[in-house]
Amino acid sequence: MITENTKAVPQWEGFNLGKWSAEGEVNVRDFIQRNYTPYEGDSSFLQPATQDTLKLWSEITSLSEKERKAGGVLNADTSIVSTLTSHEAGYIDKPIEKIVGLQTDEPFKRALQPFGGIRMAEEALNMYGYEIDPSVKEIFTKYRKTHNDGVYDAYTPEMRLARRAHILTGLPDTYGRGRIVGDYRRVALYGTDYLAACKEQDKLHLNGSMTPDKIRDCEELSEQIKALKSLAKMAAKYGCDITRPAANAREAIQWLYFGYLGAVKEQNGAAMSIGRNSTFLDIYIERDLARGIIDESGAQELIDQFIMKLRIIKFMRIKEYNELFSGDPTWVTESIGGMGADGRTLVTKNSFRVLHTLENLGPAPEPNLTVLWSQRLPVNFKRYCAEISIKTSAIQYENDDLMLPEMGDDYCIACCVSCMRVGKDMQFFGARANLAKCLLYALNGGADELLLDKNTGKPLQVSPEFMPVTGDGALDFNDVIHKYENMMDWLAGLYVNTLNVIHYMHDKYSYESLEMALHDTNVRRFFATGVAGLSCAADSLSAIKYAKVYPIRNEYGIITDFKIEGDYPKYGNNDDRADDLAVWLVKTFMTKVKSHQTYRGSLPTMSVLTITSNVVYGKKTGNTPDGRRAGQPLAPGANPMHGRDTNGALASLESVAKLPYEYSRDGISNTFSVTPASLGKN
Amino acid sequence: MEGFVHSFESFGTVDGPGIRYVIFMQGCPIRCAYCHNPDTREFSGGTPYSPEQVAQRALKYKNYWGTRGGVTVTGGEPLAQIDFITELFAVLKQKNVHCCADTSGVTYNPNSAESVAKHKRLLQYADLFLLDIKHIDNEKCKSLTGAGNKNTLAFANFLSQNGKDMWIRYVLVPGINDDDITLGHTAEFIRSLKTVRKVEVLPYHTMGVVKYKNLGIPYPLEGTPVPTEQSVENAKRILGA
Repeated sequence: MITENTKAVPQWEGFNLGKWSAEGEVNVRDFIQRNYTPYEGDSSFLQPATQDTLKLWSEITSLSEKERKAGGVLNADTSIVSTLTSHEAGYIDKPIEKIVGLQTDEPFKRALQPFGGIRMAEEALNMYGYEIDPSVKEIFTKYRKTHNDGVYDAYTPEMRLARRAHILTGLPDTYGRGRIVGDYRRVALYGTDYLAACKEQDKLHLNGSMTPDKIRDCEELSEQIKALKSLAKMAAKYGCDITRPAANAREAIQWLYFGYLGAVKEQNGAAMSIGRNSTFLDIYIERDLARGIIDESGAQELIDQFIMKLRIIKFMRIKEYNELFSGDPTWVTESIGGMGADGRTLVTKNSFRVLHTLENLGPAPEPNLTVLWSQRLPVNFKRYCAEISIKTSAIQYENDDLMLPEMGDDYCIACCVSCMRVGKDMQFFGARANLAKCLLYALNGGADELLLDKNTGKPLQVSPEFMPVTGDGALDFNDVIHKYENMMDWLAGLYVNTLNVIHYMHDKYSYESLEMALHDTNVRRFFATGVAGLSCAADSLSAIKYAKVYPIRNEYGIITDFKIEGDYPKYGNNDDRADDLAVWLVKTFMTKVKSHQTYRGSLPTMSVLTITSNVVYGKKTGNTPDGRRAGQPLAPGANPMHGRDTNGALASLESVAKLPYEYSRDGISNTFSVTPASLGKN
Repeated sequence: MEGFVHSFESFGTVDGPGIRYVIFMQGCPIRCAYCHNPDTREFSGGTPYSPEQVAQRALKYKNYWGTRGGVTVTGGEPLAQIDFITELFAVLKQKNVHCCADTSGVTYNPNSAESVAKHKRLLQYADLFLLDIKHIDNEKCKSLTGAGNKNTLAFANFLSQNGKDMWIRYVLVPGINDDDITLGHTAEFIRSLKTVRKVEVLPYHTMGVVKYKNLGIPYPLEGTPVPTEQSVENAKRILGA
């Protein structure tokens, strides 16, 4: 396959050839750059949903209604273990579906995905009134080990304790880590045969001493090749031959979607984002429009129906998981727009079409449509984004001007803020360390402020015994900082090591073979850590520094409350006195994380990100020196604590903007609500 | 010199053109029944700042203002601290900041040479006034705000005669100032002014009620409904908004 003259590929007729079409090359960015048409016009070309789209959407809406009435799950597999080829083709309404493919053989039937952990899979079924097939349970307990089992075999007692105390929270040790985004565009542009042939070629280059690393690389490449072949079989069940490149816009969307569908059949990941596809697909649509194969209404129909499929991606998850995320999120993030390295905008007509689905189908949280915002975006696109935001509140914005210099112009967002170059970077998702709770540990020498040791009945000692704060006088800022740094040293080390265990086992027992098949073999890996409770910790330090904070101890001498005398500057008011403390926290913790050895030579990064889980993390954190009461929510992401930013929106945003991106490369999130009226009058 | 400030808003979008840094001054000499900032009325309280300190805080946001935005002082009644405001605007004008004052004009006493001189000095630095006309009928204005409208109307004429731009703001309260006769008289007065650049009808709202509860003071307009959409449209039509 590799030896054939790629320039003769009939499906590429009309495209400008280049690096991307040379033998043995896989280079989607080059294809885009040579072929896309930037669009600076307005939204007036957009078309409403077709009758077929509306009919299909109403069928989905009624299924959603049934699912709600059924308590959250309409149907679930109990005996078929989900693989790429485990199910026959499934349809919603075959004659009117332009883009086909379901996770199982029926719409809204949830797949059984036990490779992350059989207990979690069983528990999730039980919660919704289903029983797992005993033979499946037997296989995954007696004969086939899962990721979760592997992790617990290797966890140290200290890791288990930190997990139980929730100073480390949300770790992907019982569920799929997610956050890996395959370059699904490759399926459309090249077809699976060529991609598999390239991987075969890569495998040939793995020679020399067979070290454990190299053995693993070889095995993984074989898994990737098998996955590509399975994907072709999966597509064949729908009557599609994806071994060859897509020949038109419908096929391009269909092939791309099959790539993504394969990924979600294989993995129940915490976030299963889809990449940066709109502008890539625009090239196929433009070609079809020029050829007169489709009209604008037909183009919108394809996009509407594609987005519809992404809206109904579902996983079988335990109820606590849904509580943690306030819903049932899948984080099917699609990154839209942005600027190119050559100064042209990457906005195309298809960027408009994708956002227009929010009008045609109504607002929805998934897919998570994310606009890569640049000051230089075409003004008409900015206007349209604002219009759709006002109408639907369903667009996420990310700062392209900040990310482009670091990541180039073909990166995408995984989950909510993690940026990666599509097909070239992957990440090991690492959830969060709770910095607010870490401060309490610093005060109490690592004894938990809420939990008691089951054996002794005394406060649970989680870290080794550090020197606690002594006496009942006002907390001394320098003393607290010193102890906090020591505790962060311990926490960062433990955190990195815990994640090393998790990702070793995930690779071993729940490897994302298809997603990784759609990455370069020589992939860059990120080691994505995160922090929670940033603003609470910053305000607490500010209170200790600028007011007087007296510790209140319980009968065991543990500091469980505080008396605050005087006022103190709060993060979120563009006041350097408080904001500098937040900056210090980000820099300090990231620096400590970086000092440790990470799994597979991955590059450590950090995020300041929680969209909703801050509520649950707050429940596990005692009273804090800033006056926050035990159990009250921490602020989401990098947000100021609720109600403490009293100088208006710009002051609040300016505080957040001070956090150094260089130390938080995996992203910083700020959840921000405005009513349209407060943005001014016309 | 010090001014007493109630609070700051870094992202003001409804008090003057563009994005504005809004300074809420502490203290107001009148008592509008519908006042939605009762916490800014007392002259005791507030935090003292020098004009330079306030200007410094505001100028952090200069990047956001573009060509239209700037600084607005409101309150309370900002011109109750007119010396401070004049000084503040003088500092801001050195940095080419668009300066706007949201006022009821009640502090302007046309019969006092000192008052006229002070307001005249302010006009050197101020670019725009948002002038509240509470009620065109002097007696009804008294019962609505505790003060008559003579100073306000005189201030409007003063601005007009001195060629200073103003936006007229009219809080529309059902049963109090929303009838066609009152609106007609108001419109007539507005038409007599030469420098009105905009008329804004602000429908009465009840978002301030909770502040009264927190302050433990009775709410004077208890039970007054918010105006209907038609009545707002009617007022806009008559007033030329």
